[in-house]
Amino acid sequence: MIKSELVTKLAEQTNLTKTDAENIVSTVFREITKALVQGNRVELRGFGVLSVRERKPRVGRNPKTGAKVEVASKKVPFFKAGKSINEALNKNQKTSKK
Amino acid sequence: MTQKTITRADIADAIYRELGFSHAESFKLIEQMLQDIIEALSEGETVKISKFASFIPHKKKERVGRNPKTGVKHAISPRTVVSFKASNTLKNMLKNS
Repeated sequence: MIKSELVTKLAEQTNLTKTDAENIVSTVFREITKALVQGNRVELRGFGVLSVRERKPRVGRNPKTGAKVEVASKKVPFFKAGKSINEALNKNQKTSKK
Repeated sequence: MTQKTITRADIADAIYRELGFSHAESFKLIEQMLQDIIEALSEGETVKISKFASFIPHKKKERVGRNPKTGVKHAISPRTVVSFKASNTLKNMLKNS
């Protein structure tokens, strides 16, 4: 499913125009992005938590030449799936405890 | 920089401010959208939001794990997990933030 399909689905379910649904979906992801760029975490109960993790600087290698290259520290987005997303995805399977 | 936690309420507030939907309605719409994403994932579909990220369901087979504390073996049941792959746009925005 791509964004436009999500928009269509949301519009159908809610009797919103596609433009409105599109604006909603865009706003949600824009707000999440904005929060992450500011270094904040986004907690959506039942869905998951998005946060930013820092990667330390390291010495990498050019795989072709073997030359060492410094790789600067950087920040990467991280998603941890929430409990109910895992439950929804595994409802047909017997889940062992833990 | 102190870290804040953004929740549905903050996102609902943005929808209210920018698009004029009531808070209650904004909450409902966010919820519906998230449920739609979960539904697609549970059907095995990848959800791809351009300029943001992809959510990809991965099926895991049963495997033997160990309790790291006691070393006792036990089976880990087959399951589906969601992996998150950030788009280059998002990665570049965060890289030096």
